[in-house]
Amino acid sequence: MIDDVAENLFRILIFPGLFFTLALGLFASWLVRKVSALVQYRVGPPLLQPAWDIVKLMGKEVLIPSEAQKTVFICAPLVGMAGVLLLSTMLWRIAIRPSDVFVGDLIVAVYLMVLPSLALILGGSSSASPHAAVGSSREMKLVLGYELPLVLALIVVIIKSGGVLNLAAISQSAPIASVSGFLAFVAALLCVQAKLGFAPFDIAESETELAGGVIIEYSGVLLAIWKIMQAMMLVALPLFLVMTFLGGFGATAGTWIWGIVKYVILVVLVILIKNTNPRVRIDQAMRFFWVYCTVLMALAILLASVGHRYGLAWL
Amino acid sequence: MSWKIKALKKSIWVFHINAGACNNCDIEIVNLLTPKFDVERFGIKLVGSPRHADALLVTGVGTRQAARRLQEVYRQTPKPCAVFCMGACACGMGIFEGGYHVAGPVDNIIKEVDPNAIIAYVPGCPPKPQAMISGVVKALAAIDESTP
Ligand code: SF4
Repeated sequence: MIDDVAENLFRILIFPGLFFTLALGLFASWLVRKVSALVQYRVGPPLLQPAWDIVKLMGKEVLIPSEAQKTVFICAPLVGMAGVLLLSTMLWRIAIRPSDVFVGDLIVAVYLMVLPSLALILGGSSSASPHAAVGSSREMKLVLGYELPLVLALIVVIIKSGGVLNLAAISQSAPIASVSGFLAFVAALLCVQAKLGFAPFDIAESETELAGGVIIEYSGVLLAIWKIMQAMMLVALPLFLVMTFLGGFGATAGTWIWGIVKYVILVVLVILIKNTNPRVRIDQAMRFFWVYCTVLMALAILLASVGHRYGLAWL
Repeated sequence: MSWKIKALKKSIWVFHINAGACNNCDIEIVNLLTPKFDVERFGIKLVGSPRHADALLVTGVGTRQAARRLQEVYRQTPKPCAVFCMGACACGMGIFEGGYHVAGPVDNIIKEVDPNAIIAYVPGCPPKPQAMISGVVKALAAIDESTP
């Protein structure tokens, strides 16, 4: 009994929970800044820069706007971080030990992925700033936009793997090696781009016009928690794509190394998309997700069902 | 040196305020972010909101219109924070001294809010980017000496 509790605490706090995810997330956010710098022919920040940023924010004063809804303002970053942390812990558990999972973890993962956006919307709208209000409304529209194609893309994955709702079973196959799977992967990658809040979908935070948007009023420790949440999302979301589309991590050391290579390639791909595209307007983003992506995904589902029905694996 | 100051020196996020500058100093500040100077190497980053900032880069004389706003921005910046007066105007009003529209210099305006504010001066019209980097380095060294 005591052993169980200790083991669970270890999993949540050290590996693969808080500590491990945080370290990996800070590394990933360093990768984002370094690769962006290299793309722009700059040198870029040193390896420990994201960690120093977090430590510095911890030591700063916390200012809360006098008109803000205080409880929500303080709780929102914590809720967001808890959601991403849970998602990351769950995904790593499934990758490490595929045997002890529960049915329907795919659906839980999809729900947990919405939590950070909801927290951002709550935090932004409770901070009584017009910039944050505009940012929140944009984030809300963006969530409405990308959730539909993302779920449709996951339906393609489910059809491809024979109708299971279990991440461990789904990650045995790599749907990207088929036509419909590839289409679904492209759409899901763009949805992840929007979830991470990276260009071309950084509409809610847009530094140049909204000056930070949803997180404009946050300072000190609370801002540090938002930064930690964004760093952790860089761990959890590409990991989710690796497990659903790219065939997961496997069981041997060789497949694990290949799995990590896949993760790094995915992160670099996201960074390159971020650096080579200008920000779109919110209505353009909505049209892109609802009209183009959704139609494309409907087509992919059709292809996948036909392929499944007639046993054509490449479709 | 406490960990707060140490971390602050490793990662300075700056917020840029134009308090009536001729826009030349501002261009030189943006120049710091270009590949040639790339201050992100030292952890210096330009942010869009004073609430995220550790240092305020003030350019311009501090006109009567801008003075109150400057004080408000200083109040909204979480402490500890530093103020950098960039350019001859911000340091000592430059060619605008005695003008009808001038409320400056900038350090007096800031000191009305907080007499103990950390203020650094980088003269020049406009200061070269190299001079700005050297100013920041010297200011950080001064913080080092003044804190036991
Ligand atoms: S110091 Fe010179 S360049 Fe800078 S704002 Fe004043 S007049 Fe313009």
